[in-house]
Amino acid sequence: MSTTIIWTIAIIAILGGLLALVLYFVAEKFKVVEDPRIDEVEKVMPGANCGGCGFAGCRAFADAAVKAPNLDNNYCPVGGNDVMKKVAAILGYEIKEKAPMVAVVRCNGSCENRPKTNEYDGASSCKVKAALYSGDTGCAFGCLGCGDCVAACQFGALSMDPVTGLPVVDESKCTACGACTKACPKQIIELRAKGPRGMRMYVSCVNKDKGPAVKKACAAGCIGCGICQKTCQHGAITVENNVAYIDYTKCKLCRECEAMCPTGAIHGVGFPKPLDKEAVKTRIQERQKKAREAAAAAAAAAKAAAEAAEPVKKEENNG
Amino acid sequence: MAKITFSLGGVHPDDAKLAKDRPIEVLPLPQTVYVSMAQHLGAPAKPVVAVGDVVKTGQVIAEPGGFISAFVHAPASGTVKSIAPRKDLAGNWMTHIEIAVEGDEWAEGIDLSDTLVTEIPEDRAFILDRIKANGVVGLGGATFPTHVKLNPAPGSVAECLIINGAECEPYLTSDYRIMLEHPKEIVLGAAIMQKVLGGCKCVIGIEENKPAAIEKMRAAVGELHLGNIEVVSLKKKYPQGGEKQLIDAVMHRQVGSGGLPISVGAVVQNVATSLAVYEAVQKNKPLITNTLTITGDCLPVEKMHNYLFRIGMPLSYIAEQAGGVPEGAAKLISGGPMMGKAIANLDACTVKGSSSILYLSEAATRREPETNCIRCGKCAEACPMGLEPFLLNKLARAGKTDELEANAVQDCIECGCCLYTCPAHLPLLDIIRQAKGQVMGIIRARAAAAKAAAEAAKAAKN
Amino acid sequence: MQSTMNKMLVSPSPHIHSAVSTTSLMRDVVIALLPAAICSVVFYGWMELLILAVSVASCVLLEYVITRYLMKAPSTICDLSAVVTGLLLGLNLPATTPWWVVLIGAVVAIGVAKMSFGGLGQNPFNPALTARVFLLVSYPTYMTHWEAPQGLFGVDAVTGPTPLGMVKEGLLQGQTVPQIMSDNGLSYSQMLFANIGGTAGEVCALALLAGFVYLLVRRVIRPHITLSIWATVALVSLIFWLASPDRFTDPLFNLLTGGMILGSCFMATDYVTSPMSVKGGIIFGIGIGFITMMIRYFGSYPEGMSFAILIMNAFVPLLNMWFHQKKYGRK
Repeated sequence: MSTTIIWTIAIIAILGGLLALVLYFVAEKFKVVEDPRIDEVEKVMPGANCGGCGFAGCRAFADAAVKAPNLDNNYCPVGGNDVMKKVAAILGYEIKEKAPMVAVVRCNGSCENRPKTNEYDGASSCKVKAALYSGDTGCAFGCLGCGDCVAACQFGALSMDPVTGLPVVDESKCTACGACTKACPKQIIELRAKGPRGMRMYVSCVNKDKGPAVKKACAAGCIGCGICQKTCQHGAITVENNVAYIDYTKCKLCRECEAMCPTGAIHGVGFPKPLDKEAVKTRIQERQKKAREAAAAAAAAAKAAAEAAEPVKKEENNG
Repeated sequence: MAKITFSLGGVHPDDAKLAKDRPIEVLPLPQTVYVSMAQHLGAPAKPVVAVGDVVKTGQVIAEPGGFISAFVHAPASGTVKSIAPRKDLAGNWMTHIEIAVEGDEWAEGIDLSDTLVTEIPEDRAFILDRIKANGVVGLGGATFPTHVKLNPAPGSVAECLIINGAECEPYLTSDYRIMLEHPKEIVLGAAIMQKVLGGCKCVIGIEENKPAAIEKMRAAVGELHLGNIEVVSLKKKYPQGGEKQLIDAVMHRQVGSGGLPISVGAVVQNVATSLAVYEAVQKNKPLITNTLTITGDCLPVEKMHNYLFRIGMPLSYIAEQAGGVPEGAAKLISGGPMMGKAIANLDACTVKGSSSILYLSEAATRREPETNCIRCGKCAEACPMGLEPFLLNKLARAGKTDELEANAVQDCIECGCCLYTCPAHLPLLDIIRQAKGQVMGIIRARAAAAKAAAEAAKAAKN
Repeated sequence: MQSTMNKMLVSPSPHIHSAVSTTSLMRDVVIALLPAAICSVVFYGWMELLILAVSVASCVLLEYVITRYLMKAPSTICDLSAVVTGLLLGLNLPATTPWWVVLIGAVVAIGVAKMSFGGLGQNPFNPALTARVFLLVSYPTYMTHWEAPQGLFGVDAVTGPTPLGMVKEGLLQGQTVPQIMSDNGLSYSQMLFANIGGTAGEVCALALLAGFVYLLVRRVIRPHITLSIWATVALVSLIFWLASPDRFTDPLFNLLTGGMILGSCFMATDYVTSPMSVKGGIIFGIGIGFITMMIRYFGSYPEGMSFAILIMNAFVPLLNMWFHQKKYGRK
């Protein structure tokens, strides 16, 4: 009996020792020499593996960041400046700070604004729907409402609003990885700067149709009238292909465009107070009036100056 | 005797040829016609008329916009009112030429008589030129320009011309009606195409559920003494009229993946195309008319019609002529219920390939909610290309393009058998069609890259 | 005209669908199992009806509770798949099984084998079979004890072990197969007409075959899996029987006994747990037939069908990966 026990223990002990040796040699032989900084960088990464940086995952990013000569082309949108500072500290590089971004849905086509013209009955996928036809409303550019963006978001930052039928971005969860912008076949979602204290302006429409066609399809679409462009004092707004666009790097958040927009296509979000449209309009009108008066005065002055100068000229000629 | 049919898959929907006994009627001209520049597969045509021009019926109003493209002719005489974007039946913008109709005065040189011209021209180039100049395109669904298809690349030999009279789509009866009413013209059209292809043999395939058409066509072949044209009865099985399936059924050959029918010596043309070829070559009449069926499960038979329409007629106008959209209609379809397109915009206009306005009731067409795949394999059993839709669906949802390509998603002919048959009501074809487009894009990009690389290498050598 | 478009549906093609749905398929399976169920009630009396009722009711109820309250999803009981599982489980149990054992079986079938994998279509193993094997291992006394109560309409029910059990027992006691057969008065007509001991679903071969034919006619299943099982069982037993008729039972005996028909017609052909391709299905069938015969001849259990099917279930993903159907225009 006891011999059996002894033999069993002995055999298992020898077997264990041998296997351990084999493992040791194999591990030595196939050892991969890797820059230890890759591990360090990976540790400070958010670990979402979302691909928002353009690499396959956080480790791939870390690998690329370590090999790159600087960090200009490598930026983790999810971690933002905080994470990038840590990465820079590990690698001894400088970083260019970037403004924090957030996904913005540029469509106003709620069920109320944009009546349905037919009922879609195919697979619940925006891509399938977009490939089939212009959509179940009169607008061929707006949100299709099947939630491809929601499915693409790894952070649970997007959800479909059952009332409006449009996706809603939860700013606290959005990491600006850009997955939704790629998932949307209509390119409605854009990454824009979060803005100071979360305040930002944008045109919530991408319809390139002419004004009357837009009006027919949607009550809150951009009709490309250009009033906003004329109103804006900072040159932040351009109207191209019948749709306005606000350059967030130039926008000064004065909200004048929002007040003047005839259809309500321009949205201001994150502002502490609701927009007093009338007050802003009066302000603009007064300014324009003053400008007109000033222009008139300037013109009069110029005219007077010209008149004053004329006799001198004549005299000169005579002389 | 084993019935002639294709070897893989297939489904048996109720054929519902409800409008088969309605003779073809000529639709009166509307006040305005809108002629789309996308009447065919390939590049849209380029308008050659200007606003304010007065045009005659049959006059060229647009020329081909590329190698694979076709001429477009005025469907009525009148004044060009505008050349502007207009929504097609999917609601997408496309350039249309708007003509205010003033009478129906035909351009010169077009034979409008009913006399049968049996003498086939000898000159191959002349025939091809007539087919091209008269804007003939394939009317079986794909609207591929016919002159391109009848002029295969040098080195490839056509052994068999297959005239497709299968009309395997349920409900549609326009092909059936033209086979009954114009059998000789169709047979002559086939003989003309035979001549162009160098005198190969010709098989006219008709599904067994149309015995009257088979009889008429056989009689026409006999009366015209055309020895090397054979009319065969095909088994009633969808998609018997699919190009690849028809070649398999008639010639027992299979076209390789990505290959053209000519690679196995086959050329397939629809009966309606054959009729158009006859008219183009023998009568010099451009393709501005075609036959269309008004039918559906929610329409009484007396309200069903087979119409001879002109291109550019608004669908809403045709629907009005037939008595309006019926009460119970829940979906309007242009084409058959298996491969047709749902009409999102009834103000869209007919094109050369229009074949029906099909009204389906809610009960017949609304999709059931999708449930779990039960792995029954019925989709794979039904697929006429031998694909495995359940697998493609899974791979597509996971975005695995490499595996999709390895499992031949690009071979899908979009016949709809998988979705038709799925007991779990999964939108298989919706997803697979999407994946196919993606994989085709990858394949094309790769081919382009390979070509560019080869050219670069060649340039470096020189 | 535009206003009439408001309610119109738009979808990609195709625009029609066949009348076949998951529910209709399951309904067909239930119909196909009815003759066997009726038959077993006739032979084993009201006890059997109670078992079937408890089994079906508890399976359906469990699925409802799990989908609604655990998965918080719409209930899936309307697809009738739980009814099929319940019926199959009931037919797989001896008529003497106490109701609480049936209940445990239902929990294993629906709760463990089916819903824990995500419900219909996701389970790798046949739920009813998993439950049967679980009960067979956990409650061997109840599962192999055949003390039949009185049948209906004066039909004599059979007491005693199953034919396979008798053979195994006899062989252990040193008897030869022909001796055992004649001692116990086993004949093939008895087996065909339900006059043998066994679980309810094993007893009436004819009723089960009628259901199988119904499924084939309705095109619910294809015959390749069943036929390849039968062919393999026949071939393997033929070889052994010819080699030693004293030690091994003959092919016909093996085809007619021990749940062979129920297993090959209804359990092995279960959509979810069988391969998708015909080639894969044939390999699957061969595997089942072979393993069954090995267990019957050389194992300690008299019956091997359930184990064989479950073992081959595990190979289904591999078979699906290796075997694909022929594609058009490709080698």
